[in-house]
Amino acid sequence: MDHSNDSKPFKQTRRKFLSTTVTAITAAVMMASMPMTIQAAAPATAEVNTTGLAVTDNTVKVGILHSITGTMAISEEGSVQAEILAIEQINAMGGVLGRKIEYIQEDGASDWPTFADRSNKLLRQDKVAAVFGCWTSASRKAVLPIFERYNGMLYYPTFYEGLEQSPNVIYTGQEATQQVLAGLDWVAEEKDAKTFYLIGSDYIWPRTSNKIARTHIEQHLGGQVVGEDYFPLGHTSFNSVINRIRLRKPDVIFASVVGGSNVAFYRQLKAAGLDMTKEDFTLLTISVTEDEVLGIGGENIAGAYASMKYFQSLPNENNEAFVKAFKERWGADAVIGDVTQAAYLGPWLWKAAVEAAGSFDVDKVRAASPDIELTTAPEGYVRIHENHHLWSKGRIGHAQRDGQFKVVHETEELMEPDPFPAGYQ
Amino acid sequence: MPFSSFKDYMPRQDLLAFVVLALLLVVILPLTLDVMRLNQTGKFLSFAFVAVGLVLCWGYGGILSLGQGVFYGLGGYALAMYLKLEASTPENTRIQTTPGIPDFMDWNRITELPWFWEPFYSLTFSILAVVVVPMIVAYLIGLAMFKRRVGGVYFAIITQSIAAILTILIIGQQGLTGGVNGITDLRTLKGWNIHTDSASYALYFVCVALLFACLLIAQYIRRSKTGRILVAMRGQEDRVRFSGYDIANFKIFVFCIGAAFAGIGGAMFTLQEGFMSPSFVGVVPSIEMVIFCAVGGRLSLIGAVYGVLLVSVAKTVFGENFPELWLFAMGLIFIGVVLGLPNGIAGLYATYVGPHVDRLLDRIFGKQTPSEQTQPHLESNSQGATP
Repeated sequence: MDHSNDSKPFKQTRRKFLSTTVTAITAAVMMASMPMTIQAAAPATAEVNTTGLAVTDNTVKVGILHSITGTMAISEEGSVQAEILAIEQINAMGGVLGRKIEYIQEDGASDWPTFADRSNKLLRQDKVAAVFGCWTSASRKAVLPIFERYNGMLYYPTFYEGLEQSPNVIYTGQEATQQVLAGLDWVAEEKDAKTFYLIGSDYIWPRTSNKIARTHIEQHLGGQVVGEDYFPLGHTSFNSVINRIRLRKPDVIFASVVGGSNVAFYRQLKAAGLDMTKEDFTLLTISVTEDEVLGIGGENIAGAYASMKYFQSLPNENNEAFVKAFKERWGADAVIGDVTQAAYLGPWLWKAAVEAAGSFDVDKVRAASPDIELTTAPEGYVRIHENHHLWSKGRIGHAQRDGQFKVVHETEELMEPDPFPAGYQ
Repeated sequence: MPFSSFKDYMPRQDLLAFVVLALLLVVILPLTLDVMRLNQTGKFLSFAFVAVGLVLCWGYGGILSLGQGVFYGLGGYALAMYLKLEASTPENTRIQTTPGIPDFMDWNRITELPWFWEPFYSLTFSILAVVVVPMIVAYLIGLAMFKRRVGGVYFAIITQSIAAILTILIIGQQGLTGGVNGITDLRTLKGWNIHTDSASYALYFVCVALLFACLLIAQYIRRSKTGRILVAMRGQEDRVRFSGYDIANFKIFVFCIGAAFAGIGGAMFTLQEGFMSPSFVGVVPSIEMVIFCAVGGRLSLIGAVYGVLLVSVAKTVFGENFPELWLFAMGLIFIGVVLGLPNGIAGLYATYVGPHVDRLLDRIFGKQTPSEQTQPHLESNSQGATP
């Protein structure tokens, strides 16, 4: 063991020396023969990859790590499709630093230990330059120590609870304050809401979001929280809470119910005669995107409002091109939710950071990441904050019967991401 | 020692199997695999502890437990709690509302460490808990079931519901347990970073050493009088009872041993992966553990280890290379084994390879005396009464 440790630095320097010599000679030869083409040629591999990543003269490997089997597959499928689409588009434009992106797709199988295992493989064996993946917070928490230990770069697409800021993750979805504050400010202003009922699934994201919501309602909006209830994941009987809602008559039901529970919740709400298309109360959700509406049924949720940063119906040129390309690639029936769009940003943000850094090395990409901006994002303009989250606009969508949202509001300014909100903890 | 000689404890075919396995795990795999794959093998081997326990319980005792994940999880969580407390120093957690408690508690607005977490500041207590807590739980379950002569399918169903209950409990009480995320971000053991390459090597060898300790204990039980009573019990419970044995005590004993092994396995997983998740506690992983055992051969201790390795490797290889199809491939393997190989890989070996090896050994070491040739474990599979 000692022996190999001793010889390692020498070997590396020798290899480095060899490769720099080769590079220098190649460069000299090229310069002598055709000085005009040197600008267009891709930079030498030795320059853009000093840390042993899977980068060749023509290709660079990245990982896609989502669940394509198990209970989460239905949610994560859109993210996989978006990431593949982005990678194909980037390749069609010539790739990154003159190298085509090759992706290695791994299945997290909706099982957090499997996510950890596969990320280990992607980083340690495949030596990928970046990973686009994870969906649930649980899967992100499972892989986080591995990304930090082996210095990988993860582009994480889901809106989530915040309270995290890893040097090895770029969070392309909204963190809780962006989503919650934009939604509550709008509903207080537009609907003159005073009383709120908070309801969510029982895990970290709804609890954190509601903690922020409660503080904001009580301290900044001068409103009142008349109820706060949590239900186990997969819970399907909401009659008791619906009765409480009828008794307390809140102006706003603020919902962060996820997964299969959503279907039961909205159907039972409708069956109980709480009609969201009338103006008696406002239902504001932070957990329902176009993807979820597919399961719930447009007619069951029509009239509700969602606070997201992206809706498929968003009227701008970037988005129209994106929706068209997505449907061409994945079928005309495909719907695109908030997370799918955030996943689509991942490869583009990585490309921009790599090009700004002039290198695939994770440390350099990280250093170049703050203030990377994307003017071509379907949601509009986004920029990476120093805290690795995105500056983006908050938007409110009004659910329509056809399963789409109509955008009724958009914050004027980009919202600053604030994963550790002071005063909201 | 109740054995008249070493050969009585370890007949030469068994010895050969032990030596071959030791060679594979201690010499061949560490030399051929890179550290990441070795670490992965170590994690697979943590399930072998469960499978070895199941061979005793199910293969010998006839107790089919579909809730071994409970014990695996208890062992894993016991150690994870210790590691989490070590990671949650006030300096590391100063951004929290209450520094010094695990991060997930802070997220759930808990401001004080719950009482049952307190003892896990001690490493000695935690290591003891890895073995003892699963045993106590197994003892209580065994006491409640076996003393009332609940067995067979009913016992399997009850253990399965216990697995389901524990999962719901862990996920539901997220402020106390980390919920669906599990206990994550474990970094050091007494200041020793468990994520380095050298730690991966060290932990792998610790895992192999403990596995062999468990295998030797299991072999001891199997070859002892207790082992024979277990086999007798499996075949004709009433006959053993009428001979004056307290069946329930033997069942409780072997069930507790299986639970302790599973607990050690869980703890080894926690150390090698750096986190513990409720996804090991539930019904599906518990059934998977039985499948490991079935593929290896439920009557062979060593076979169980190979079963775990084979299924896990297949799962990883298919999973990595055919992400869309791997579940089907796994399903086919299981159907194939259940239909074609009722005694698993070990049965295949005993039928086709074993006799040749025996002849070879005869040629090298001379012929065995008839008493040594008895291999009761494979012949005694017939469940019915023998006249």
